[in-house]
Amino acid sequence: MTASTRGSKTTLRGSDHMALLEVENLEIAVSARGKLLPVVQDISFSVDDNETLGIVGESGCGKSLTSLAIMGLLGGTTVRINGGSIRFDGMDLLTLPEKDRRAIMGNRMAMIFQEPMTSLNPVYRIGDQIIENLRQHQSISNSAARDRVVELLTLVRIPNPSERIDSFPHQMSGGQRQRVMIAMALSCEPKLLIADEPTTALDVTVQKEVLDLMADLQKRMGTAIVLISHDLGVIAETCDKVAVMYRGRVAEAASTADLFAELAHPYTRGLLNSIPVVDRDVEWLEAIPGRVPTLEENLTGCAFHPRCALATELCASNVPATTEFKPGHSVQCHFAGKVAS
Amino acid sequence: MSEPLLRISDLKTHFQTKGAGLFGEKKVIKAVDGVSFDIAPGEVLSLVGESGCGKSTVGRTLTHLEKATSGTAQFEGQDFLAMAPAEFRPLRREIQMIFQDPFASLNPRLKIEQTLGEPLFIHGLCKTWDEARTKIAAILETVGMDPIVMTRHPHEFSGGQRQRIGIARVMILKPKLVIADEAVSALDVSIQAQVLNLIKKLQRDSGVSMLFISHDLGVVRHISDRVAVMFGGRIVEIGDKHQIFETPQHAYTRKLLGSIPRVTIGREVA
Repeated sequence: MTASTRGSKTTLRGSDHMALLEVENLEIAVSARGKLLPVVQDISFSVDDNETLGIVGESGCGKSLTSLAIMGLLGGTTVRINGGSIRFDGMDLLTLPEKDRRAIMGNRMAMIFQEPMTSLNPVYRIGDQIIENLRQHQSISNSAARDRVVELLTLVRIPNPSERIDSFPHQMSGGQRQRVMIAMALSCEPKLLIADEPTTALDVTVQKEVLDLMADLQKRMGTAIVLISHDLGVIAETCDKVAVMYRGRVAEAASTADLFAELAHPYTRGLLNSIPVVDRDVEWLEAIPGRVPTLEENLTGCAFHPRCALATELCASNVPATTEFKPGHSVQCHFAGKVAS
Repeated sequence: MSEPLLRISDLKTHFQTKGAGLFGEKKVIKAVDGVSFDIAPGEVLSLVGESGCGKSTVGRTLTHLEKATSGTAQFEGQDFLAMAPAEFRPLRREIQMIFQDPFASLNPRLKIEQTLGEPLFIHGLCKTWDEARTKIAAILETVGMDPIVMTRHPHEFSGGQRQRIGIARVMILKPKLVIADEAVSALDVSIQAQVLNLIKKLQRDSGVSMLFISHDLGVVRHISDRVAVMFGGRIVEIGDKHQIFETPQHAYTRKLLGSIPRVTIGREVA
């Protein structure tokens, strides 16, 4: 299929212009067995209105923790933000008082979670759950809120919205529930939408509908979207720019068009070669050897070096700096752009 | 053409559901509703479809985990669907199943050697633990693991390694038919590729027949010889994998193939 990769000329770390969301040098650590283990290290990216940023990586790369950090959902004593800043519309979210933060969440910033089955409350009607969010942030009468919810359900293409507003989550299919989640997230017309694996639990035909819907809504409302996914295909078709994460760091970042034009990091290439494709025959997949190191493993140098065909002693001892491979295309690798012979 | 190893004719598996409330009307869910296909010796047939299409129920019915409502399934000419458990037991060695969730399908309290050794004793394939350990060491090497791990417990392994152990447990019995139900779906892509290569290599080397059940069309294209597309409890299209992927006939197959997000490498427009 053609026309899959989206993407205009955008750079990941922009110019002097202040983007809607700016994450800079973010550090997150978890404490386990008395030790503080870094799970996200020195991550920076930005997203602007009307733009979709894809964050792609495998389990444990830190992509979900990053999204939870932005939403302020990292609580408790085990996970801690250790450094860096998250700025939304000029405000520093990490130092913002709790009261102001709550006014933004679910209002100007909203999130869609992976599990449509568990992220809705099973004992409340879906309409009431959306109305609750609306009335939390806007002074609006119950009946006006109800009208607004019907509108929202129509927008996300739930059939018979004026009847389905009184449905319970168990009366809806997985795709419909995910649409209800989207309707709830969009209820206050957020400027930023964070979607963590929004279609992973859905069938491919439903996934396509949900992704098309998100793109359509973005076009209409100018929402900035951060889309977190493990699926390079989803990222390629829906995002303007991409950050590839591996074990807590951004391995490679560029506009979608630039990234797929020339994959510069050996991990990104390995990830892509690992995917069995539907359009041609591949006798053996070029799997990445080994596995993602666990957090407890104390790695020196580049986190990918034990699995990398290009690795040398340099990679085992020194963490590579982030370098500009091409304008707007940054890579964290000592041998960016080199291919194993 | 040689005799098929497995011949399924008009297989139906229906479930009774309790209706709502005490006097609610009972409903019949037709999970599998008239499925027929053959698998030749050494052939890999994939069942592909979306959630609820009945693909897993076909696999579970063939391993007697669900009861068939009607239809026949012949293994080497012998109808085994209606067999009593005792009668079916010898066939269990020949028809083995790889499950989806590597975290749920290994007994956490058993050492790997117990998990792999138990079926050997049950099916009378060895008499002493020395004999069993030799076989276990050999099969662990085959699936790419160090035999030293046989004294460990499942929690010490990653998802990919557990799935390798699950595959070893199946292959150690030298089955003639392996039913793999979403065998690589729970794995991260880089690990999935390793396990998929392993399954393909083992299948080629041993010549085992396979019924590969999956929702992932890329995986299906990679592993199969033939593909059956299921929808609503029936097979809507079945054929050689090249025919299915390159010239799909049924509208649903085309919709499935058209829904997959794709990556294009290189510049589209200079």
